[in-house]
Amino acid sequence: MDSSEIIVTIAGLALAAFVVWYFFFSARQTASAVSSSGGVQEVDITVKGGYSPDVIEVERGKPVQLHFYRDEENSCSEELLMPDFSVRRDLPAFQTTLVELLPQEAGRFDFTCGMGMLRGTLVVK
Amino acid sequence: MSPSPENTETATLDIEGMTCASCAAAVEKSLSRAPGVQSALVNFATEKATVQYRPGQASPATLKEAVVNAGYGVAERAPDTSAADRQAEIDRQKALAYAKLKRRFWVAVGLAAVIMPLSMLMLWPAAMARVNMQWLNYGLLLLTLPVLLYSGREFYSSAWNGFRHRSANMDTLIAVGTGAAFLYSLAATVAPGFFVRHGLLPEVYYDTTATIIALILLGKVLELRAKTQTSAAIRSLMSLQAKTARLVRPGGQEVDVPIEQVQLGDVVLVRPGEKVATDGVVTDGQSAVDEAMLTGESLPVAKKAGDAVFGATLNKTGAFRFRVTKVGADTMLARIVKLVEDAQGSRAPIQRLADKVSAIFVPTVVVIAILTFVLWFDLAPVSTRLPLALTNFVAVLIIACPCALGLATPTAIMVSTGKGAEYGVLIRNAEALEKAHQVNTVLLDKTGTITRGEPAVTDFLPAPGHEAAPLLQLAAALERQSEHPLAEAVVRYADAQAAPALPAADFRAIEGKGAAATVDGRAVLIGNQRLLRDESVALSADLLQQAEQLLAQAKTVLYVAVAGQAVAVIGVADVVRETSKAAIQQLQALGIEVVMMTGDNARTAATVAAQVGIGRYFAEVLPGDKAAKVKELQAEGRTVAMVGDGINDAPALAQADIGLAMGGGTDVAMEAADITLMRSDLQGVVTAIALSRQTIRTIRQNLFFAFVYNTLGIPIAAGLLYPFFGWLLSPMLAAGAMALSSVSVLTNSLRLRSFSAKQ
Repeated sequence: MDSSEIIVTIAGLALAAFVVWYFFFSARQTASAVSSSGGVQEVDITVKGGYSPDVIEVERGKPVQLHFYRDEENSCSEELLMPDFSVRRDLPAFQTTLVELLPQEAGRFDFTCGMGMLRGTLVVK
Repeated sequence: MSPSPENTETATLDIEGMTCASCAAAVEKSLSRAPGVQSALVNFATEKATVQYRPGQASPATLKEAVVNAGYGVAERAPDTSAADRQAEIDRQKALAYAKLKRRFWVAVGLAAVIMPLSMLMLWPAAMARVNMQWLNYGLLLLTLPVLLYSGREFYSSAWNGFRHRSANMDTLIAVGTGAAFLYSLAATVAPGFFVRHGLLPEVYYDTTATIIALILLGKVLELRAKTQTSAAIRSLMSLQAKTARLVRPGGQEVDVPIEQVQLGDVVLVRPGEKVATDGVVTDGQSAVDEAMLTGESLPVAKKAGDAVFGATLNKTGAFRFRVTKVGADTMLARIVKLVEDAQGSRAPIQRLADKVSAIFVPTVVVIAILTFVLWFDLAPVSTRLPLALTNFVAVLIIACPCALGLATPTAIMVSTGKGAEYGVLIRNAEALEKAHQVNTVLLDKTGTITRGEPAVTDFLPAPGHEAAPLLQLAAALERQSEHPLAEAVVRYADAQAAPALPAADFRAIEGKGAAATVDGRAVLIGNQRLLRDESVALSADLLQQAEQLLAQAKTVLYVAVAGQAVAVIGVADVVRETSKAAIQQLQALGIEVVMMTGDNARTAATVAAQVGIGRYFAEVLPGDKAAKVKELQAEGRTVAMVGDGINDAPALAQADIGLAMGGGTDVAMEAADITLMRSDLQGVVTAIALSRQTIRTIRQNLFFAFVYNTLGIPIAAGLLYPFFGWLLSPMLAAGAMALSSVSVLTNSLRLRSFSAKQ
């Protein structure tokens, strides 16, 4: 092994480790719902290459309004899926789309883009 | 819904400021006490109040006052944009995006078509001698830049946005792959000396970069076009909604108004050839209405006063008026659209594995690509190790296709739920669709599914020496006074024969036996044999024999006596639908055992079962025991689909692996069932099961293809076959394969559009 091979190997393994840590194990941005005067839990979510925040905490048994603002034209994020709530919604670009839910059970429910690449979680407590 | 009693109106208010259930109670109390309010109902969860009030004494303004007095507010309702309008807006955006994507594609193709032959010059020594390599590379760089910055920009911005959110998608793979090829080429162009000093050829990969982007964009163009077609069914459902209605004002004048302004209780006129504006009940006139768009029933349905009509159906022959009973989101069409939309948003259990793989797919592929680079760099000969490591790194990134995995199940579910709706088969969710393909036993609740569910006169047999027509007139005159279901059957039969109605007097119902009245001055009796015995009417041998025959056919027998003399027997039975036998045969041909269940006695059950070709049946099943029968079949290891009317058999429908309600879309049925059959005939059961089987087959093909494509493609791109056969995959070929893979999955799903119920 010459020196450049050693450098490439170490750099490659380090990069691979970084990819694994960064995408699977690093901390996520969490937001708790804000209850409006009417008892409705509201959360604003920006959609741009992902969902921010991507972990949303709400209380069970109270209506939830999720305002998805899609801040891009990229086709990846054009659909929103919340299979546990039977939601498939088109998110028009640069507009806010309202999704209303009434979570009855506690648990973690994923929401994704149409192809399951962009991911977020609704945590019902 | 029954029309609201004497002139009340209903208002829905959006209440603001309620924080708890007791607030809702306070608002409700305040509204109920307001003058003119008949009833008020406040839903805390939806923040809506539904108020019934007398128009003279209350108005929306006074109702609002009552809410404000209680300390809360009323939100002004923005005019509801209809689902169709929203869809139109989304479609407009999508069309724009499609046009833009096509532009980007053509720019990439145009430039790639120049870059490719220029790059090939290098393979041509004679040409090479005349061209300055350095300048050629700069030229290629200039041509590639627009491909990257205009055509491919979205990949890079999307990958970057995703990276910031710690998420990776298909664009990440393309961006890293083409980005690496481009940056290497850029370095080789700007600083070729550096490469030469390290014993490397300053090779450039501009053609690879441009071609990959062009091919991936081609894939996206095809994909977008195909994807629009997956939701075509629901879009065509939405477009059925009528835009205007012709209202008949109380004064009698007719006026066209936008559909949004139509309110409950309005009277709407429908002329031949017009669309029915919304749901209602016919008040006068008659016609035939084409309901195929909602129920899949191809024959027009006759409508007369008292019959329900539905928005979006097409009036054929006559003109009629109807009173509006449902508007907006409550109409049948809106509920069908909602149900199909919900089903399309649900997740099939079969998808679980693909979901898990998608979630970790892209980062995993990136790691594999990095390891590929390292291994090639470490193992290949020094002179070629860098270009080999680079091209294989790029090929791995480009060939991997998470889209095919992600699209495999949902696209098939979307096409198939839409297709079901076309046939009047409404599938609640993807799970129901998936389960239906495992069904090997169909349990039919006889009444209302195999049979029409209402008694009908099958035989009217006068005694020798009597004529049928005048006797039928007498019988019908009596039965018109009665509310017994058997009496209604006689009346329907008489109406169908166009027997003129006679007046009847002194009507009396005789509990458990029948009824008596005086018609045309004569005493008429209709009832069972006990009635005749009690009234000391003797039966002739002829009539007795005819009655025996009817009983042997498991029919109910009614005896008619006039002036103390038995004159006719009537056979009444719940008749089998014309389509039942054929549908049951088709189910059996699909390898499904059809079992019947009924509350009737064993003799009736056997007759009906034989008539439609059913071998196994349960007779004398009490309504409460239906669910237990389902369990009994399940205990035999069967996967049971239960078919009922959705009203009396909700527990059995719930107990079954799949519950199908044949309620023609009643609320109860739609709530209780996994699958609702809009058309009252068993053909829908065949359609549902056949559609489910074909859908699952398609999904399996898709998933198989997507998994095999990726598990074979990635190792080959990484160069796994190189040690054995010397095969390497060019990144450009990888791009072509990737572009085609997601399109193939989509195209396979779209094949479901050609599903036909007649198989």
